[in-house]
Amino acid sequence: MNRIGAIALAAVVVAALVLPHFLKGYGIYLISMWAVMSIAALGLNLTLGYAGQVSLAQGAFVGIGAYTAALLMQAGWPFPLAFVCAALLCFAVGWGLGYPALRVQHHYLAFVTLAFNTLVFLVLRNEEWLTHGIYGVSGIMRPVLLGWSTGKAIHFYYFCFGMMAVVTAALWWMIRSPWGRAFVALRENPIRALSLGLDTRRYTLMAFAIGSALGGISGALYAPLVQFIEPNSFALGLSFNLLLMVIVGGSGYFFGPFLGALIAVLLPEWLRITQGYYLIVYSAAIMVMMAFAPYGLFGMVERAARALRSKGAPAGPPALQAERPQP
Amino acid sequence: MASFIQLLVSGLATGAIYALIAVGFTLLWQTSQTINFAQGEFVMLPAFFVLAALNFGAPFWLAALIAIALSVAILGLMFKLVIVDPMLKHGVLPLVISTIALSLFLKESAKDFYSSQAQPFPALVPPIDLHFLGAVISLQSVTVLAVAIVTVMALHLLLNNTRLGRMMQATAQNPTLARILGVPVNRMVLYTFLINGVLVAIASILISPIYLAKFTNGETLGMAAFLAAIIGGFNQVRGAIVGGVILGVLDNLSAAYISSQYRAAFPLIILIVVILWRPQGLLGRVEERTV
Repeated sequence: MNRIGAIALAAVVVAALVLPHFLKGYGIYLISMWAVMSIAALGLNLTLGYAGQVSLAQGAFVGIGAYTAALLMQAGWPFPLAFVCAALLCFAVGWGLGYPALRVQHHYLAFVTLAFNTLVFLVLRNEEWLTHGIYGVSGIMRPVLLGWSTGKAIHFYYFCFGMMAVVTAALWWMIRSPWGRAFVALRENPIRALSLGLDTRRYTLMAFAIGSALGGISGALYAPLVQFIEPNSFALGLSFNLLLMVIVGGSGYFFGPFLGALIAVLLPEWLRITQGYYLIVYSAAIMVMMAFAPYGLFGMVERAARALRSKGAPAGPPALQAERPQP
Repeated sequence: MASFIQLLVSGLATGAIYALIAVGFTLLWQTSQTINFAQGEFVMLPAFFVLAALNFGAPFWLAALIAIALSVAILGLMFKLVIVDPMLKHGVLPLVISTIALSLFLKESAKDFYSSQAQPFPALVPPIDLHFLGAVISLQSVTVLAVAIVTVMALHLLLNNTRLGRMMQATAQNPTLARILGVPVNRMVLYTFLINGVLVAIASILISPIYLAKFTNGETLGMAAFLAAIIGGFNQVRGAIVGGVILGVLDNLSAAYISSQYRAAFPLIILIVVILWRPQGLLGRVEERTV
């Protein structure tokens, strides 16, 4: 990362830490939601952006994570344990969902994961003995951690932000490790990766499992944030929304999901000044954005920068590196 | 047995409508690799065109024609020019996001500019019941089935028995070769979008008397068409027809005989099994991979 990037990152972090002091309750709720959704989008970016495995089921993992955490906490388990269980369960289910990816790719994989998402929704809605069906789970308490209560909105925001920072740091390290290289190789040329002795089978499953576990972590934070969960929140719409965050931010760019989540969470709220038409304006804005920046906002910035640097010369594809948009 | 026949006929009728929508869906995929996640909303919208035209005092047949024309112009031509064309060269995913946004756009527009309430929609035929082997079958189901069959037959004749249709097939199978042989590929792609406009308008007019015209109709219909297209075969028009009919019949029979709670799950399970076992669909042909 260059110096401008480091300064920009530091500025954003400081802003994110100071901002809640200037916001009222709903504003803090929204930026907490941004932090929570960013974690899920980071996971999807790993599966889709780096490893190239299309998934339309990330919303289902947020749901599995949220329900696991909420139900275990209602059964009297402490939050950290419920949190870890949510992540582990999503890791295991995500590993299982990776198996179809060994057989089919691209749009077929998108369809399988889409069907999986709807199946999870049906189970959440119909298995009333476990999930309380359409009535959902209410009264989810915000946790007390090491004597520090996150009951107040602003404290819970800092908790979510801290979790996001931890996840970000872990991913940053992973992308630069041999694993991260392996994921990118999987996306760029699976056949070559295999012939170079990479265990593509294991890495495909791993890409799904880790991405899904991040979805579960996001869900385990979502439940105490909203304090009420119901099946409809985790239907296909959420998966579409998370996909939108990844693509709008820039699939395969490390910081893309943060920007994408910011747009998907906050833009509709800002557009509420247009009264009842805010969703129309929002969807139109997304279509315009996709037409002008099909590789996401980070992709657009990178292209512009590259065009500036090599004036006149045709911008050829960069050497294989972690931050490259998906073709 | 009587109830079985009743379920079968009503399942066939819904299945035939699903098939119409699924055929349009596969046509767009075949010629331009467009996965149209707004296809359900495309079916929801023409019903509102009909209602608007009726409000202006047009008789039903005229309103239906106006709706088909508007649908071809907006959901066919404008969709292609404004949304698909600029995105096509960037691959499948950005266009997927765009069509998801479009589906939200159309849904919210119908809600805000027409009504959020379900609107009654004029029936095509009087509510008469026919008796057949002890089963009671509504004239409506039979009409829906007949109209759908005629539409599909007409499309089939167009695709297989005319020069135009064969040029469209060539475009779908191998655009580069088709272009070398002098087929105006871009115009052929445009025609499939226009045909999709006609198909969704007909499906809309057929299904709205049953479901009422409501802005949320697209959600279930789009999913059904999508499942039908994949189960039958994503790259074959016949596959979409078979998929639609299987889905409609299965939906009705499973709701009656197995579990109504999980009726929505059966098509999904079939979908997963079909993709893993025969990714090209029941009738599809294997797609060549471009590495």
